[in-house]
Amino acid sequence: MVVDKSMELKGFDKSVAIDQEEVLRPKMVTVEIAGKKYEVPEGITVIKALWYSGQEVIRGAGCLGGYCGACATYYRTKDDPKVRTCLACSTAVEEGMSFTMVPPFPARKAIYRMAELKDPKQDLFNLYPEAPLCRNCNACTEACPQGIDVRDGVWQAVFGDFKKVSEMFMDCVMCGLCVPVCIADIAPNLVALYASRAQGAFFSEKPKRLHDRIDEIAQGKYQSEWNRVLGMNEQQLKDVCAAIK
Amino acid sequence: MQLQALQDLVHTTRDARRKQTLPKFPAAERDQLIKKYHPDHRENAYRLITFGPNAGEKTVRELAALLEGDSPVPAELDLTPTHSTDVLVVGGGGAGCAAALHAHAQGVKVLLATKLRLGDSNTVMAQGGIQVAITDEDSPVQHFLDTLKGGHMQNDHQLLKTMVEEGPSIAKWLLELGVLFDRDADGNLHVKKGGGSSKPRLLTCSDYTGLEIMRVLKDEVLNQKIQLLEFSAAVELLSDGTGACTGAILQDLDNKRYFVVAAKTVILATGGIGRLHIQGFPTSNHYGATGDALPMSYRLGAKLLQIDTFQYHPTGAVHPEQLIGALVTEGIRSEGGHLVNAQGERFVNELDTRDVVSSSIIRECEEGRGVRTTTGRIGVWLDTPLLDVESGAGTLEKHFPAMVRQYKRYGLDITKDPVLIYPTLHYQNGGVQIDVNGESGARNLFVAGEASGGLHGRNRLMGNSLLDLMVYGKRSGRTAAERAKAMKHGALTLEHLARFRSEAKKHGGALATHSPMLFPDYVRKEG
Repeated sequence: MVVDKSMELKGFDKSVAIDQEEVLRPKMVTVEIAGKKYEVPEGITVIKALWYSGQEVIRGAGCLGGYCGACATYYRTKDDPKVRTCLACSTAVEEGMSFTMVPPFPARKAIYRMAELKDPKQDLFNLYPEAPLCRNCNACTEACPQGIDVRDGVWQAVFGDFKKVSEMFMDCVMCGLCVPVCIADIAPNLVALYASRAQGAFFSEKPKRLHDRIDEIAQGKYQSEWNRVLGMNEQQLKDVCAAIK
Repeated sequence: MQLQALQDLVHTTRDARRKQTLPKFPAAERDQLIKKYHPDHRENAYRLITFGPNAGEKTVRELAALLEGDSPVPAELDLTPTHSTDVLVVGGGGAGCAAALHAHAQGVKVLLATKLRLGDSNTVMAQGGIQVAITDEDSPVQHFLDTLKGGHMQNDHQLLKTMVEEGPSIAKWLLELGVLFDRDADGNLHVKKGGGSSKPRLLTCSDYTGLEIMRVLKDEVLNQKIQLLEFSAAVELLSDGTGACTGAILQDLDNKRYFVVAAKTVILATGGIGRLHIQGFPTSNHYGATGDALPMSYRLGAKLLQIDTFQYHPTGAVHPEQLIGALVTEGIRSEGGHLVNAQGERFVNELDTRDVVSSSIIRECEEGRGVRTTTGRIGVWLDTPLLDVESGAGTLEKHFPAMVRQYKRYGLDITKDPVLIYPTLHYQNGGVQIDVNGESGARNLFVAGEASGGLHGRNRLMGNSLLDLMVYGKRSGRTAAERAKAMKHGALTLEHLARFRSEAKKHGGALATHSPMLFPDYVRKEG
């Protein structure tokens, strides 16, 4: 039942007495991968089920931790007509599940020079003229595996509330599942990324303390302290470090 | 006993454990524990490297095999380039993007190649934050000392001083690109305290700091129209016959064909080695973390540094299956969470250093006091419900919302039940030796980020990795670009590889495998 090398854990020695009966006998389930049936251990992730069934996955594997959005997948559970979306690295397989990975979608990303934007909230309509054409079908929100209210986010961007957009989309993994479902050809994740970046670059306060520190370093404020520390011998430095609380 | 009964034991022993105070191990006992159980001290996991720049030094067997491994490239490959650039950046994570952007800003031609997609990396998963000394009670010098202490005094002073001093200007650069760091009410950057740091110094974007930085850098690489080759893996470097790097051979992973990129300077930003599953450990790393820079630079003659030390994060998830290797934040232990063995007992002061806690968990499991998961893995309990018991209902939900959500996805409620954890392979402390401009021992070959070594000593502090990527991405990018402006393309040869192969043939067992590995082999061959 070994799926990957990480199963061969240190201490995975049968002679070590751990009195548990239910282990090492995973229940097998039947799943359908792109139309073909395979037996795989219940509860492994969708991406591990692909490996288990002998398929190489390069396009579709990324961080394997639910952050990079590489493994966007469509799936359906047994007898349920609803096709859902998930990240293959973070979803468990179950009996009767069918799934297929989503190929990359040719969405248009607007190209812009952040520093050269004059009026970012207005510029949105030049960069993404389709953004205000949302027809409120809500398919993007339903497609989001992160549970973001994507539709509302697009409207907030159009209304110019970039701060709200940036907060709503902080856990967007850019999987792009909101894009192919849009009947107005909006790429909501890209609209949100633009709005979030503009919020950070244009509409956030300049952090005074940071700028002061940059000046202090440039003016050599720490020079004597550096000379003192870097002039120490190994033992002196060790003692200084040991005394740090 | 059944898993449920073992879990119940955590609940029934909780009150007794709460009354217990566990002292930290006395120095002698601690050293003995580490020596016996820390993976860095498993003598049989290590061996000597037989030839090359690090001949006679020890590293883990998995890495030694790759360093002494053969290039997949045939000696007679046609080296006519299909691409020509000033600067070639290999790797699309934080260091690679930073290097590409800073090189591009110097007005040279940059090509960024990555074996997965732009941004697929460990950077995207970084939750802790980025260390920058900005408060009045803090200073770059304090940041230097904290890091030195954390690295067991083995850090390269010059690399470290450079990193901490450039931290604030890096934060400014990221802000200008639109990165949304958390703020205080007065508009200043909010700072949090990280493990091993004496002052609050972590800049964060909630617990998505890496994701936020990566999203922005990726977008900026596209905005700057930097030439990008995705699913293109570097498999061998090219040299001019005198040991200077002049480009690389890449493999298009869609059609498996090799192609040649001529470059005046090359920056390797290929990340760490978690997916080698050293000593069989699960890992928190991304799919492509197979240490590609190490064998490639090694064959070209660059020396590696501190490749015998790795960071094992004490609390990696071992259950449910979907979270294997994923980190369970240190914060849970900071706020009082107990580590509990199969007998319902605590076995370590949970706030001891990472190496001590990891070693003690391994000891419990190897001495038969671990708990088997339903998929056959082994671990100990982290008593999460204890936090709500100690500090009131809702504490976990309030302080660790991402953790609670992460487990809830799989039907586990960490506010009600403990979780199973085991140390997970997290970070490559060492790597290719570089100077303050990121240049390796091989001329015109630069290395940035986790692939490089020296900066973190023998143990990296939380929040220093993101800063490392940004600072050395920038420095290597700028230097590689400036260098490229003043020179012509060099000859494209595999002379270094021929020399490496003839040296390898003198040593039995060398060239037994191909390197770089590119990806772990998880595909089940027989059913």
